Amino acid sequence: MLSQYAFIGIFAVIAFALPVIGLVLSWLIRPKKSNPAKTTTYECGMETIGDTWVQFKAQYYLYALIFVVFDVEAIFVFPWAVAYNKLGLYALVEMALFIAILLGGLLYAWRKKALEWH
Amino acid sequence: MQQAIFIILALLTLGAALMTVITRNLLRAALWLVATFFGIAAIFILLRAEFLAVAQILVYVGAISTLIIFAIMLSRGIMDPDQVRFNGQWGVVGGFAALLFVVLAVIVTRVPWPAAAGGAPVGDAPADAIARLGAAFVGPYAIPFEVASVLLVVAMIGAIIIARERE
Repeated sequence: MLSQYAFIGIFAVIAFALPVIGLVLSWLIRPKKSNPAKTTTYECGMETIGDTWVQFKAQYYLYALIFVVFDVEAIFVFPWAVAYNKLGLYALVEMALFIAILLGGLLYAWRKKALEWH
Repeated sequence: MQQAIFIILALLTLGAALMTVITRNLLRAALWLVATFFGIAAIFILLRAEFLAVAQILVYVGAISTLIIFAIMLSRGIMDPDQVRFNGQWGVVGGFAALLFVVLAVIVTRVPWPAAAGGAPVGDAPADAIARLGAAFVGPYAIPFEVASVLLVVAMIGAIIIARERE
């Protein structure tokens, strides 16, 4: 079983090496003549307006948190789905209850307009 | 062979963890933390805990790190290079971190691990391990399973209340 993960390891090494090789090669062969105009920060060819590090809206955090909740829910559902064929009606009812409680939370978020963009 | 892989993975994970702590830029620290999470997932696979590895990548790499990066984006002036690195609580936090290290070190050295005691080598996990886990969720552990759902909802509602309070 472990040897099959070697493929993932090889892919990971190649995926990591390709951009590193590109960066190192361009660093090696590029001419190193810098001037202040070259090192300025730009955005779509224009000089940036204001600070690059701005404070984002708290709305992003709310989305991410609701995403975390349903991500963890998915982790709980996967093993149940694998065992589904061996389990009876009782297991289905229990999972329905599990998801119904979380749907209640989603309904609350919906009613409180947490899913809307202000 | 497996030991060599473990040593490489452990070094990568520890190096990423160390960079998380010592880098000055908070966003880079978060990205190093993602690398640490990946290393831990790889070690889970080495321990033949495939489900834990997938959960680690799905929840920690996928969701928790997004949450941390959003939290950094929301903080005001966090990217200011003149930001002070230590606040008044660094001594207390350092003390608790040292205490946690001592407790973990005691657990690691005192618990009679079956593999370390020269017992039978741990084989592969049974092929139906995940199915058994799923059956256990709705069987003997049905109540904790439903309570976990309530806990998730409580976390969600609490977050909504805190985030909407300011408006």
